[in-house]
Amino acid sequence: MKDTKLWSLHLFAGIVILFLLGLHMAIMHLDEIVSLFNPKGEEAISWENVLERMKMIGFVFVYIFLLGFALYHSFYGLNKIIGETNVKEGTRKFWSYVLTIFGFLLFIIGTYAAIAAKVVSAKF
Amino acid sequence: MENIQFIIRRFSPEKYEKPYWQVYNIPFEEGKTVLDCLHYIKKEIDSTLSFRFSCRMGVCGSCAMLIQGKARLACNTQVVELKSKKITIAPLPNFETIKDLVPDLSPMFEKHKYIKPNIQRDDLKEVEDKEKEFYQSEEELQEYLQFSYCIRCGACMAACPTMAADRKYLGPMPLAQSYRYNNDTRDGGSKERHNLVDIPSGIFSCHMGSECSVVCPKGVDPAKAIQLMKREMVFSFLKLLKKKKPCGLYEEKKERKRREGIPEPPPRTV
Amino acid sequence: MSRKYYDNHLGIKGWAIGGRYSIERYLYTLHRLTGLGILFYFILHIFVTSSRVFGPESWKQAMETVSGPFFRFGEFLVYFAFCFHGFNGIRLILLELGFLVGKPIEPIYPYKTSVGKQRPVMIILMIVAAFFIILGGYDFFLGGE
Repeated sequence: MKDTKLWSLHLFAGIVILFLLGLHMAIMHLDEIVSLFNPKGEEAISWENVLERMKMIGFVFVYIFLLGFALYHSFYGLNKIIGETNVKEGTRKFWSYVLTIFGFLLFIIGTYAAIAAKVVSAKF
Repeated sequence: MENIQFIIRRFSPEKYEKPYWQVYNIPFEEGKTVLDCLHYIKKEIDSTLSFRFSCRMGVCGSCAMLIQGKARLACNTQVVELKSKKITIAPLPNFETIKDLVPDLSPMFEKHKYIKPNIQRDDLKEVEDKEKEFYQSEEELQEYLQFSYCIRCGACMAACPTMAADRKYLGPMPLAQSYRYNNDTRDGGSKERHNLVDIPSGIFSCHMGSECSVVCPKGVDPAKAIQLMKREMVFSFLKLLKKKKPCGLYEEKKERKRREGIPEPPPRTV
Repeated sequence: MSRKYYDNHLGIKGWAIGGRYSIERYLYTLHRLTGLGILFYFILHIFVTSSRVFGPESWKQAMETVSGPFFRFGEFLVYFAFCFHGFNGIRLILLELGFLVGKPIEPIYPYKTSVGKQRPVMIILMIVAAFFIILGGYDFFLGGE
């Protein structure tokens, strides 16, 4: 039932991303229409607004969860796309391992950045 | 009588390495199917044209081919419904072409055999005991009957996008049939079939392109069967699936109370 | 003499074209393309947004790098891709867990398939996606800075 487990998690991750990334998109790209978590002016990408969000512990968790689920969902999808291109079994397994390792590395980098941003935000 | 142009993709393994298009102009009258026209071409114009056919009434599945870009049965397709004076015919894609319009369907049959398309039971005596029948209600029959109408024509396999690139993908027909047998109350091999389709190029390579259900000439709706199979597998993994035993043999009730005024039946003659 | 069959597989091209298909088949192709587009952007995005860890100058430099018209349009495409991929994804989650496909029925011509049953939901979801895309487009291009 291994593929069933991986696929079910892929669907669950999709649902989680819908909410978390939807929130992120609303904050960043609907900032002129609905000002969500942008207390220092309308521009979502201004340093002041970014600093405010860096200070909120909630956003650390939002970004870590979003990162983890998004990396899993996207790399599972990419793994499926590669697997459906009629590659040999050995090549398919190789890319599967490469994507898993690459995904973990990106998760570590992103999690470090999210936590470090919270720590560093105290200085500003 | 007007003329209709048939542009047919030919392939002759002895002569050429690649397929080529050949144009035939044939007189046409209303009521003719594409298969009738192919027979006319073979009889009157070019006897080397090869194509499969058998029942000529849409029940055998032999004559599936790509007609105007869509996988259809040639015997079931009226030329007037195509609404064109130029009809393009090609062999089914996603299979190897043996000659002209004849595809090699053996990979599809091998994948079908792989999913064990027969009633699996532990108690063989019940299967072999021909005196009695299995007890299956009308409701239980309707749960899988739609998917048993499949005529193995290969149209769904030709329309599937995953089949286009992935040779190892099981395909809509075997996957739909795996659900047909799993949902048959006489069958006890659900778990085994779950494991058989839970492979890298198995059921989860279906992404609901749903073209298989659109082209199916018998309304089998393989996409529905595959999604219901995925549902069964996920619920089974989450331990939400009710365990069902394969149904037993129909036993006649020993004591029956006859209603008043109803006469006794005559003695059995069979 | 050995017989050579002709390999009539459509290949990867078959994910997009190869016949006259219904709309759901093209939605599958677009779902794949948008997924790959978002993935490509996402990997770069992790590195660009991590620059906030190094202070305001680093952040402002990173934002200046991605503020050109090419990048702005690219970002809108990613937003479009997310809206489409998300709403089509809702449709796929419902379908693939067996909710919108309907029960097995006796096939009587003209056949009522699961494709027809899910079509109203597909249309509604695409209209909602289009609404959010237009809203985002207003913010991107007319909301102006």
